[in-house]
Amino acid sequence: MASLIHEGTGTGQGHGRGQASELAMRSEPFVPEQQSISDGLTGTQGSISAAAPFLVSGTERIYRHRLPIRISHWLNVPFLVILIMSGLQIFNAHPALYWGDRSDRDQPLISIRPIQTDNGEMRGITTVLGYKFDTTGVLGYSNGKRRAFPEWATIPSAKVLAMGRQWHLFFAWALVVNGLFFTAYALISRHVTRDLAPTGKDLRDIGKAVKDHIVLRHPTGEEAKRYNVLQKLAYVGVLFVVAPLIVLTGLAMSPTIDTAFPWLLTIFGGRQAARTIHFIACFSFVGFILIHVSQVILTGFFNNMRSMVTGWFVVKRDTGR
Amino acid sequence: MDSHERAMERRQFLKGTLGAASLVALAGCDNLSQSSWFPSILSKAEKLTERAQRAITPANALAKEYGEADISKVFPANGNTDPGTGEYAEHVAQKFANWTVMVGGLVQTPTSWTLAALKELPSRTQITRHDCVEGWSAIGKWTGVPLGDLIRQVQPLPNARYAVLYCADVDEDGVPYYESMALADCFHPQTILAYELNSAPLDIPHGAPIRLRFERQLGYKQAKYLTMIELVETLSGIRGGKGGYWEDDQGYEWYAGI
Repeated sequence: MASLIHEGTGTGQGHGRGQASELAMRSEPFVPEQQSISDGLTGTQGSISAAAPFLVSGTERIYRHRLPIRISHWLNVPFLVILIMSGLQIFNAHPALYWGDRSDRDQPLISIRPIQTDNGEMRGITTVLGYKFDTTGVLGYSNGKRRAFPEWATIPSAKVLAMGRQWHLFFAWALVVNGLFFTAYALISRHVTRDLAPTGKDLRDIGKAVKDHIVLRHPTGEEAKRYNVLQKLAYVGVLFVVAPLIVLTGLAMSPTIDTAFPWLLTIFGGRQAARTIHFIACFSFVGFILIHVSQVILTGFFNNMRSMVTGWFVVKRDTGR
Repeated sequence: MDSHERAMERRQFLKGTLGAASLVALAGCDNLSQSSWFPSILSKAEKLTERAQRAITPANALAKEYGEADISKVFPANGNTDPGTGEYAEHVAQKFANWTVMVGGLVQTPTSWTLAALKELPSRTQITRHDCVEGWSAIGKWTGVPLGDLIRQVQPLPNARYAVLYCADVDEDGVPYYESMALADCFHPQTILAYELNSAPLDIPHGAPIRLRFERQLGYKQAKYLTMIELVETLSGIRGGKGGYWEDDQGYEWYAGI
């Protein structure tokens, strides 16, 4: 679980038919300051591996992320942060979640409330399916204020529902436009089919991938040029399950949209259920971001950042062992 | 320095950087929220949302109607729960016998109806969901007269574009409540002036004796304690100019479809 998503890289499924993958569209040797030697090296790498001291720097530079993908990725960073934080501001206006169409206030699935104890002290109490947790300081009561999510987690930091909505509904459009742009590009460039969709082999070897992740063993060499199966599943899950889900449940909370598309209420189980799913999808994003960022750091922060900024990623060559 | 220490140091550095960056970003968002120019950019989304929603929503598409079993046991009353003025108290004492709703402005024949007269007109009963801007929903059974019937009767002039609804209540600073809606939305079959909630005369917290039900928009548009409806060409010049109490003073969107 700890390393569900990591920044491997790869040639994807671009084998055969001579089609370059999005992830490794261009690939070239990358041995800084040893250009002449490395040029001669590439063809005979395997046979001289034991003898060559510069194989320590035997690396390969691959073009991993194309420009539209990089732009779309970085736009998502502020968009998602703003949406999550302004969303928590909106949640704070009625900090409880329900199932069905109504919000029966005596039957919330989750609620976050400030309560006053017998000795007059304020505590923040989070109730999940009837189980109560004291979350004072973060949820329910923080920094001397009665609020579900604390000031540092909301936009604006003060309790201003109207302004939170303005941020949220503006950046919701921004996220949707960016998402449609990404999806169109990823389909047309075949990024989805080549790099993101897990292959049959991927799925058969999923047990090994899980084991490798648990011990934080990350792919190297050829393996590192493509996304591993857990990474693929995480990206596909976020891009094509969680993101559409959060948009559709957001729309299902609109009384106007509900008149145009009543089936939204039906498939999500009611407006309050849609609100709850929206919240769960939000925290799926938060979970994804935490794991994603930790994997970026664990698997070579600067290399990963360079590849998402410039497109170029460096892979150590397999040394033949 | 061993690799563990280096890792710790790196972690500290990252934590510090992320912490500082998020504080700067948060303060930046607060500054932007209070600036004069940024909220006006954010509010562009409201127009876009309105255009998009109107484009994909059929004019007469109905809000879901529920069954008796779905009605909320408690229908929360938000906003003002009692106008609290002497004049209103007098109406309460008279059981609203002299309450009138006047429809005027850009119309051929301005008309005033007493509550009793409104109750004699053909009514509509609907069990619908009320969605508050705060996030909660309640289901109630409303009975009232379709607003479209009244508007047709007074014959709007061609330049009438909005209906402004005036209320009998004032906030703690004495600012009177009002709301407004597109004239086209007045003709939606479920847009009614309701005088009954759950088969009983509307009580004071829920807007007695008569209030708007505008089922395709959020709760703050559902004006309570209605006294007058004025058809106008533009909302600018009316009170704060943004079309409603919640819009003028509190920064809520005029288009409350989401």
